[in-house]
Formats: sequence, C-alpha cells, structure tokens
Amino acid sequence: MAKIDYIEAIRLAMKEEMERDENVFVLGEDVGLKGGVFTTTKGLHEQFGEQRVIDTPLSESAIAGVAIGAAMYGMKPIAEMQYSDFMFPATNQIISEAAKIRYRSNNDWSCPIVIRAPIGGGVFGGLYHSQCPESVFFGTPGLKIVAPYTPYDAKGLLKAAIRDEDPVLYFENKKSYRLVSGEVPDDDYIVPIGKANVLREGDDITVISYSLPLRFIEQAAAELAEEGISTHILDLRTIQPLDKEAILESVRRTGKVLIVHEDNKTGGVGAEVAAIIAEELLFELDAPIMRLCGPDVPAMPINPPGEKFFLLNADKVREAMKQLAQF
Amino acid sequence: MSAITEITLPQLAESQVTATIDRWLKQPGDMIEVYEPICEINTDKVTAEIPSTVAGKLTKILVGAGEDVPVGTVICLIETEGEASNDEVASVSSTQTTGTMNTPVAAIQAQGDDSMRNRYSPAVQQLAAQHGIQLANVQGTGMGGRITRKDVLAYVAMEASMVRTPAPQQEATSSQVRTGGMHLSESPRLPKIEIDDPYSHGRGETYIDITPIRNTIARNMRQSVSEIPHAWTMIEVDVTNLVLLRNKYKDEFKKREGVNLTYLAFLLKAAVNAIRDFPIMNSVWAVDKIIVKRDINISLAVGTEDSVMTPVIKNADLKNVAGLAKEIEELARKTREGKLSLSDMQGGSFTINNTGSFGSILSYPIINYPQAAILTFESIVKKPVVINDMIAVRSMANLCLSLDHRILDGVICGRFLQRVKDNLESFNLESSIY
Amino acid sequence: MTVLSSTGQQAKHHQLGISEETVIAMYTKMLTARMFDERMMLMQRAGKINFHVSGIGQEVAQIAAAFALDRNNDYFLPYYRDYGFVLSVGMTLKDLFLSAFAKAEDPNSGGRQMPGHFGSKKLRIVTGSSPVTTQVPHAVGFALAAKMNKKEFVSFVTFGEGSSNQGDFHEGCNFAGVHKLPVILMCENNQYAISVPIHKQLAGKVSDRALGYGIHGERVDGNDAFEVYRVVKEARERAIAGDGATLIEAMMYRISPHSTSDNDLAYRSKEEVDYNKTLDGLPKFKQYMVDHGIWNEELEDQLRSEIKKQLDEASSYADKAPFPTPESVMDHVYANDSKGGVE
Repeated sequence: MAKIDYIEAIRLAMKEEMERDENVFVLGEDVGLKGGVFTTTKGLHEQFGEQRVIDTPLSESAIAGVAIGAAMYGMKPIAEMQYSDFMFPATNQIISEAAKIRYRSNNDWSCPIVIRAPIGGGVFGGLYHSQCPESVFFGTPGLKIVAPYTPYDAKGLLKAAIRDEDPVLYFENKKSYRLVSGEVPDDDYIVPIGKANVLREGDDITVISYSLPLRFIEQAAAELAEEGISTHILDLRTIQPLDKEAILESVRRTGKVLIVHEDNKTGGVGAEVAAIIAEELLFELDAPIMRLCGPDVPAMPINPPGEKFFLLNADKVREAMKQLAQF
Repeated sequence: MSAITEITLPQLAESQVTATIDRWLKQPGDMIEVYEPICEINTDKVTAEIPSTVAGKLTKILVGAGEDVPVGTVICLIETEGEASNDEVASVSSTQTTGTMNTPVAAIQAQGDDSMRNRYSPAVQQLAAQHGIQLANVQGTGMGGRITRKDVLAYVAMEASMVRTPAPQQEATSSQVRTGGMHLSESPRLPKIEIDDPYSHGRGETYIDITPIRNTIARNMRQSVSEIPHAWTMIEVDVTNLVLLRNKYKDEFKKREGVNLTYLAFLLKAAVNAIRDFPIMNSVWAVDKIIVKRDINISLAVGTEDSVMTPVIKNADLKNVAGLAKEIEELARKTREGKLSLSDMQGGSFTINNTGSFGSILSYPIINYPQAAILTFESIVKKPVVINDMIAVRSMANLCLSLDHRILDGVICGRFLQRVKDNLESFNLESSIY
Repeated sequence: MTVLSSTGQQAKHHQLGISEETVIAMYTKMLTARMFDERMMLMQRAGKINFHVSGIGQEVAQIAAAFALDRNNDYFLPYYRDYGFVLSVGMTLKDLFLSAFAKAEDPNSGGRQMPGHFGSKKLRIVTGSSPVTTQVPHAVGFALAAKMNKKEFVSFVTFGEGSSNQGDFHEGCNFAGVHKLPVILMCENNQYAISVPIHKQLAGKVSDRALGYGIHGERVDGNDAFEVYRVVKEARERAIAGDGATLIEAMMYRISPHSTSDNDLAYRSKEEVDYNKTLDGLPKFKQYMVDHGIWNEELEDQLRSEIKKQLDEASSYADKAPFPTPESVMDHVYANDSKGGVE
C-alpha cells in the first residue's frame, strides 16, 4: 500500500496491464516520446517501445477508428484523446461504430476498446480545455462510461476497463491529477464497472456525485457534521451503466437527495439519476430532488472570476447541502 | 509613500498544484524592475524563472530555496512606490455567491413562518399511514414549519416508549428463524391501536385500523370462500429419508450457496413433478370451460408480521431443488423487506403453504382465488408406525389439499397426492439436489 | 496448353498465373452476383423485400480483387454494393437472402441490419455500418494489428468515390502512410454518389491523393478483370513485403440506380446509361473466355440454369425462415447479456 497521486494511479494501471497482456497498447498524440502533455504516459515508451506506445498523427477520428479496427482483430487498445474537448471528431466512430459493433453483428464481432480523455476545469483552460462532455455520450447503449474520483478507483477502474470486452470511455479529471492523492494497494486489483461506492454514511441528507466535486462534498460533509447534519455520500464511479440499486438505497436512507456534477445541468447525468429516483421512490421522498451543477452556458471562460462563477467549490456545495438538510 | 506588495507563486501549467523554489536570483535589499526574474522554480512538467509583477525593493523572502509550496503561496515581499497592487482584480459582482443555488434559509425560519406546516411530503404521508399517526400532533422542524421525515420518526419513537399495548408480549422462542413461512422468533405485532372514544374506558373495546393489505386479504378470502365449493383431503408421508438427505447437504449448501436448504424446496420439487403428471391441478374455472395452465407458477405463502403474501416462483418445473431453495429465500427476503414487485405477485397457478413451519399438523387452507387447489405441508413429527408388521419410529408429515370441487374430484386428487407422496418418499441419500 | 492470341502474345490469364479453372470460377461468381442482383431487384418490385442496393456494373472489379487476395487469411471490409466480393470470399446465396429477408439465421447481423451490411467473423468479413467510410480507419487498425503481431495478412477495404471525401478516408490514408501499414484501399469509382455526378464530387483523381499520403496510388479500368487482378495482387505483395499501403481507384459505372428508392432518370440520361452498358465488364469477360476456347453457349446455359436453381432454393429457404423473436431486440448490447433471443 502506498499513497500516490491520481495521475500516478492511472499510469500504473496502464503499465501493469501492458506488462500483463501483450495485446494491450497505447495510442494518441504525444503519448510516446513526450509521455503525454500531462505526463500521464511517462515512462511507458521507454519500457514498451514505440510499437506499443504509438505517437499518432493529429486525427482523432483515426485514433479512435484505428483502435476500433485493432480491437476487432483481438487487441486491447487504449486510445488517448488529448483533451475531452477535442474528442468530438471521433464521435462518429465512438457512437456509430464502437457502441454498435456487437449489437449490429448479433454478437459475432466485439470492440474491447478503452478511450481515455481528461475532463474538468479549474486550470484556466477556458472554453476548450475545461469541458465535461460525458452527457454527450451518456445514454448511448453499447458504451460503458466511467469517471473515477479517488486514485484507488482510478487504477482499479482503468484496469477493469482494459479487461472489459465492451467499449469503455474513461473520463479522468485533469485537475485531480496532482490535487488528489490516496492509498493504493501494490497488488493487482480491479474496481468493478457498474458499482457505485459509499464514501460516507449518514442519515440526514444524501449527496450523489462523480469525479472531483466529491472532494468539496467530503469537505462540506465534515464541516456540516459539526453542526449536527449527517451526510450520506455516494460516489457513482461508473456513469453508464448507473448502479441503480445503490442510488435507490442511498436515497431511501434519508429521503433527501442532492445530485452534484460539474457538467452543465440540463441533460446531464444528474437528470437521469433524478428521473430514476422519482420513478421508484415517490413515497419515500421527504424533499424535492435537488441538483447542483455547472450553469447552462457553452463552457467556462478563462477570466478568473468567470471561471470561479462557473465551477463548484466547497462553499457552494456546503450551502446546498445545508439548505437540503433544513428543508 | 510606499506600500508592500505580496508576490505569490503562479500556476504555470494546468493541473500543477505545487512547485519547488530552485534558487533565488535576488536578495533582500536588491532593487527590482518590473518583469525582472526574481527566482527559479521547478515542477515535474516545467522549470521556469518567475518575473516580478511590480518595480521596487525586495524586502523579505518568505519561502527558501528547496522548499515545495502550493500554488498561490506568498513567496516574497516587495516594497513599492505608491499604492499596493494586489493580484486580485475586483470583479464586477461583489459577492462570490453561487451561480446556481439561492439565498440562505435562516431568514425565513426566524419569522416564525408556518407556511409549510401542512405540506406533507410523500415520505411523511407514508410513514404516518404506516404507523397510524395523526400529523396534526407532530411538531415540524423543517423550513416554514414543515413536518419532516425525521420529525415523524422521532414522534414514533417517542410514542413507542410511552404507549404499551394490552396484549402480552411472548418471549422469543429458541427455535431459529425459518425462511419459508412465518417467523417463530417473534409474535406478530398488532397494528397501532387507536383509542378513539375518550368515554369508552370501562367498555373493554379497542379499535384497530384496517391497513390496505388487510383489506386486500379480506376481500380475496371472501371471494374464494363464497365462489369456490371447497373440498378437502389429506395424506400422510414418510419423510425419514428426506430428513436424512437434507441433513447430509444442508451445511455444505449453506456454505456454498449462502442460502438455507429447507424442506420446502424438496416439497416444491415433489409437488411440481406431480402437477406435471396431473396437469388438471394447475387450472382455473372459467364458467363454460376449464383453462388448464401450461406454465407451472407456484404461489408461495410467505408470512410477515401482520399479513401473508403469495409471491410467485415462475416456471417452477424448470428448476432443480437447489434452484428452488434459492428462489424461496429470495422471495421471502423480498417479502420481509417490502420489496416485492407487481410481477413477483402475478401469474400464480397453484399455491403451496408451509404451515408446518409454525407447528401445525393439520390445516384446512382456503384456495388462492382463482386457482384450482392449494397444498399445505404440515409439521414433521416423529411417530411410531407399522412397517412390514413391525413397529418403527419414523418422521411423518401430513399433506393437506383443499380443492375446487367444480374442477377436481376425490379420485384425481387422491392420485395427485399419492404422486406427491411417492415423489417425497423417493428422496434418499443418493438423490441429487442439482 | 498455352493459348496464344492472334498477335502471338501469351494469354492474359496465363501471364498472371491464373489457371483455366480459376478463370471459370471467376466468371461463375460474376454471373452469380449479376443474377442475384437482378433477382433482388425483381423481388423488391414484387414486394417480397423492402429494399435493395444494387451493384450491377461493379461485380467484375470486386471479384477480380477477391481472387487476387488470400481468401483464407486476409481481412475484408467491403461496402454495401459488394455482393460479388462477399460471394467470392465464402458468403453463400442463402446467407444473402436471409439478410435480405432480415431473418434470424442471417449470419451478417441476425436480421438487424439492412442488406449490404456484411459481417462474418468466420470469413473475416468485418461488420459494416451505414455511416460511410468509417471502415477505412478500421481497415488501418487491422493492418496495424498485423504489423504489431508480425502476422502475414493484409486488410482490404472498399468504398465509393463519394465516400473518399469523408475525413475518415484522409485520416486513415495518412495513418497508414506514416506507419507503413499493410492495407489495400480500393475506391470503386462508379461515377455517381446517389445523384451527384463525378464532376460535382471530385476536383482531382482519387488515385492522385496517394502521393500526398506517401502511399502507392494507381488508377485502373474496373471493367477489366485481369487489370484489377494484377494491381491488387501487386498491392498485396507490396504490403506483405513491408512496403506499405496501396490506394487503387477502379473506374466503373453504376448501371443501376442508387437503390430501389431512387429514380435515376431524374439526374442522368437513358443514353448515358445505355452507353455504359456496352462497357459492362461481364459480357466482355465471357467473350474473353469464349475467344480462348474456355467457354461456350452450352456451358453458359448450363451455368445460368444452375444459378437460377440455386437462387430459387436459397430465396425460398430464406422466405420460409423465421424472424428473430421480438424479445431478442434486447440482446447483445454488452457481452454476456443474452436473455434467450435466437442466436
């Protein structure tokens, strides 16, 4: 067991899977010699060579499409999109192809691909280096989508994604790379896709979220505990398929739920979680379902006050949680 | 006029959160021009020189060479001519409040606002109905005086500690909790008793509210008894070998499958196989025809504290004993937790009740309308019996059958019961449960 | 026996090392594909099937290419007019009719996809979709896998000249060029993308683009089976030798309308169509065989009636075959999630 950064956990997952299975390889822009623009793939090129850590031309559709072809042959490619903001040219390959290959061939062909992309703001990246595009792909059957928060989950979920027989979109939070650290075991383990995780038990309010905002939620929960408010925190970990049982159980416990994500509110993952709760737990709700999300604007600006206005932080989260507790 | 400006560590790359000061290029006392480099810093992505944002005299270094500090830390102080300039430019909106949430709550409550007093949430209404509470009596601590779920639960807890029910509480028996049938470890709790009439003391009456489930059971029982001409028959079964078989496998089964291997699973298998041979047992009276159902869906009677439910095991003939044992446990668990869905309750074509689990040796069950028959499995009792003109001690159990005498007659039912008996008696130590 | 033409040169099929049996086999596939296509048009007009995308006029190039490849090892990514191609690499008429009728037994997609969306793991035909050109990067991916695993196979992908303008074509070619991958890209330039004629589709030649991507490019007469055969064979040898990809532009003409929903006389003249029918490679190939003493009218009649019988059997089988169960719609979204649909 060691305490490592989120980015280190991701790197280790790829390293170990590539050691374990020679069919696993990485491709993307700048992933090889440079080791990735965030250094996420640092060291892999030296260890595994340019055959298995491929610096591709600047073409997202080809990065995804070539990976899809290799996956159909039987390899296990990890395709990196440098920023999730730039993955849209690959959308046709992801949604029309990867998601539908097994279904359209009636289980004859399959596509065990992993596509990694960094999400999230707080790095003064402006409109095109800060987006959270999960909701664009969410709701496309045939895809699995994960967004880990802790380094333990980052490593375990990436390993699970690489071993999964279906296409997985792996959304890693770029601000978390060096901001979030945690205990990660040295031995081989996976975190199962499709299972949420309770980060904190509580009886007054339930907060459901994924990725970096959980850091603020944990902070706020600790502060509110001193005021006598007990918070139950559920980390979704997997966005698709949602862990319906876990969601319902966590809400049943308190009757009050706040759903939090950085992606903008309308049409976000939170909307689906809210719908599920409303469908199944009408008679157990003690308050309207609440959502705290990014505003419905195209993306966050680069000027600091604007970015701060857009982003979630411990104060906003605590305020929302307190209101819910007092309802 | 002079002022002190703080120089803070900037963020040089996205996702960078800390940096190390490599070395200072200027010392306290040195004069600095604007944008002149004052120190070198290191992160694992970049190495860079930091320029001063103001002109002036370096007065104090706050972070030494080799120190690793978070972005935003003040690293040195520079004395400038004129006003101090801060890194923060005042933003147009003065408050840094949230973009998507609204104003704090404290103001509303302070006014003694009672506007939400009568707004009952679904959770509050459900809890009130479940516990028979008059919400007018409950204190509301939520916004606008709203009665919250917690308020109701607190009220229930308070009431429970004050009101004692007249019926004596039985001690929990030492027998273990069974998975099929009612629980022997607790006596059934009576529904909440409401004493409505304050002038009734001395009359010796108490009123119990009818819950929706009790209403449904009452209605179904009445329809069954008034419409179906019930007849009844029984048979004795020697389950000695079955007991041995079950004892042989039960621990290993529990360890391997995590589920109890009950006698009920074996009975179900025996009964279902018999139904296959006598399909008329699995039918419904439809005035001008008898509809024989092809799928054998067994309604299993599961008792809860104050009611009995009959969830359905679909296509029970396609499962083996192990599969049936698991399905029994699953349905019993769901019933106890109140998690049965509509589809769990629908489609039953024949009912089986494990009356033996609460000690009965003979029952006259009421048919689960609109099925054709209902079978009970009574308590297993060690008895002296005659075998080959000698007395032996055997484990015996009765099977009782109520039947719809419009569809079924004594002969066919007798044969059916005989088949169930034969199936049960054919279980022995060589039998497989998978 | 070496058959010499009237000028004294060695016959083309001998130059290329193709035996007489193989020549006849090629022609058999061409005629089968042609008669299949015509039968499908009839069935659509008769209301027996909903929809058909015809490949009449393109069979010769497809079949010549198929025969030049290693049909036991290579991977194929055809596009939706390639009936001739798939029939040459192992798909049967029964398979194609099951697909047309969308029946459960259809090996391409279990009755899920429109006809012309081929797929068979066993035959190494990679499952295709409707958004055009997405198969080009996939083919490059298979070629990458061949190189990474040091296996001797190539991937062969086809697409129309309209599709060659999609971004995926350019991204795929560039990737293949940079990494010197063993992929053969054949553009079936049939002069029309639905109603858009070539002069509104392209400003240059598709085969010229190869220069920009650092790969070998060649234009060929798609109605000349032996030319196509030669070019594809060379491309395969080039790829296996490690010399990278080849872009082939095979010129042909789409004799039929785009699909059974298309009225082609709205955008082209009957004279144009009739003229191109005279250039059709199928009767030309037959004439070549007759000229070289390999074929005659009696054999032609025999083959035609044999094919007709096969068509009748296959279409009747498919017509009577069951549909997939409605519930099977829920199967195979993810691995291991089948709830009992017909496999």
